[in-house]
Amino acid sequence: MNAILTLAGKEFRDGMRNRWVLAITLVLALLAVGIAWFGAAASGGLGFTSLATTLVSLATLAVFLIPLIALLLAYDAVVGEQEAGTLLLLLTYPVSRTSLLLGKFLGHGLILGSATALGFGIAGVVIAVGAEGVALGELAAGMGLLIASSVLLGWVFIAFAYLISVWVSEKARAAGLALVVWFLFVLVFDLGLLALLVSVKQGGDWLPWLLLLNPTELFRLINLAGFEAARSYTGLTSIAEGGAFRPTVLLPLLTAWVLVPLGLALLRFRHRSA
Amino acid sequence: MTAVIEFHGVTRRDGDVVRLDALDLRVSEGEVLALLGHNGAGKTTTMKLILGLLSPSEGSISVLGGAPDGAHAETLRRRLGYLPENVSFYEQLSGREVLEFFARLKRVDRRQVGQLLEQVGLGAAAERRVKTYSKGMRQRLGLAQALLGEPRLLLLDEPTTGLDPAATRDFYETVRSLRERGCTVLLSSHVLPGVEPYIDRALILGGGRRLALGSLETLRAEAALPMTIRARGRLEGDDWQRPWNDTRIQARPLNGHEVSLSVPADAKLAVLRHLSTHPGVEDIELLPPTLEHLYTHFSAGLAPAQGEAR
Repeated sequence: MNAILTLAGKEFRDGMRNRWVLAITLVLALLAVGIAWFGAAASGGLGFTSLATTLVSLATLAVFLIPLIALLLAYDAVVGEQEAGTLLLLLTYPVSRTSLLLGKFLGHGLILGSATALGFGIAGVVIAVGAEGVALGELAAGMGLLIASSVLLGWVFIAFAYLISVWVSEKARAAGLALVVWFLFVLVFDLGLLALLVSVKQGGDWLPWLLLLNPTELFRLINLAGFEAARSYTGLTSIAEGGAFRPTVLLPLLTAWVLVPLGLALLRFRHRSA
Repeated sequence: MTAVIEFHGVTRRDGDVVRLDALDLRVSEGEVLALLGHNGAGKTTTMKLILGLLSPSEGSISVLGGAPDGAHAETLRRRLGYLPENVSFYEQLSGREVLEFFARLKRVDRRQVGQLLEQVGLGAAAERRVKTYSKGMRQRLGLAQALLGEPRLLLLDEPTTGLDPAATRDFYETVRSLRERGCTVLLSSHVLPGVEPYIDRALILGGGRRLALGSLETLRAEAALPMTIRARGRLEGDDWQRPWNDTRIQARPLNGHEVSLSVPADAKLAVLRHLSTHPGVEDIELLPPTLEHLYTHFSAGLAPAQGEAR
């Protein structure tokens, strides 16, 4: 346990020192405030429109950005250290490979978690202070859910990044694979599902369940389906208006999406030659 | 003496490449063993097997009383220090931060960090980032890292590459003081000069096989290499060579007043006696075959390997 904390602490301090934390916080805060402020631009106005609109926009932003940031942050976690030559030495210390990877995950998870909470938190405070007629309770609940699910989504993709990182032997290849994973889950999956939706004429009851195969869809469902008002903005998500698709069910499912790739990465790392 | 490292018929294969071929080895406590060989001879593989980073394909290994690649690994690793070849560290951390990180992982008292930095001569550069370190400074930091927690067993892979002669001597002095404390040291090298006084035995590897193992005396006896005797003085003509009348002895003039003689070990005293009674000889120098000569002798005939095992 001690070793895990030592490794996590080092990873987090690295994240502070090379300004990952600062950069992620700033990007998320600026974009979120911008979205909140120019939310009415589509209808020709300026200023805050409604909480539902803002949250839907923020969730859409997070779906694109958070996985990308997570993959960039963590794709070289193992293969990068191997290329730099520091992994060899680390493996001769009294640290099990499982602890090593878990420690790193904790550190990276903390970097992304704190930056996301801070970035979206700042946006929430700005909205609460600057916008008129916002129900503070509703705002806090909505932002809370957004932050919690964003952090989980980030961890899912850190776990994916680790799986890539323990699988390949070159950093460049890991970077390429990370982009492929992002494309598949964030862009291609949606298009595929859309095509399927159009082509299936009858008896498509099973279609909504396909959404569970993609963590970014789970994230969207958590943030959009909960809102009555948000339904009108949602495209794909409207096919999933069932009782099973509640945040209380979806959040554990998203957590499972963290644990499965992380577990696979651990298995693979333990059998990887030094 | 208890054995710290024991190899029984250890073979390691990577695909079709045989990195190590049926190696038997026993290293006792407090011994300094030099691991010599060309690139790809199996030095690094041997170290990785001892560290438990690799498992043997055949045979068994015991290090400090257990197999290094099993459950014993964690206890073992707290009691050994390793300096890898071409050591590298986290560039963005300072020397002190690197050492503190490793000290925490090894569960070693943090006070050792300052002492070790002083000991390897990095006290003044401790707060600087590793990025700014020279090759020699990195090597010293690597040594400091290996010495954390007063290890019972030290594995040093090419420890003196990048060190200047003074630092090399300092390094070997550190090895000597460690041995006096009962620490077992394994050092691999292909840079040989200067290492002789500090080692107990040498293991010469070639193509994954053991070519020779023993103390310098044993190796010299085994190799039966001629020694070199240099005589200085007025040595004109061939007359002075006549007394021993032995074709194995070859004389080679170095310059006008110095001669180098290649002499088999059993003829040494005869030659010395004659030279010392010859009126023209002013000085005699005795040069036994060095480790380098022995190494060349034992590894002769081996094709250079295809590349270093990493």
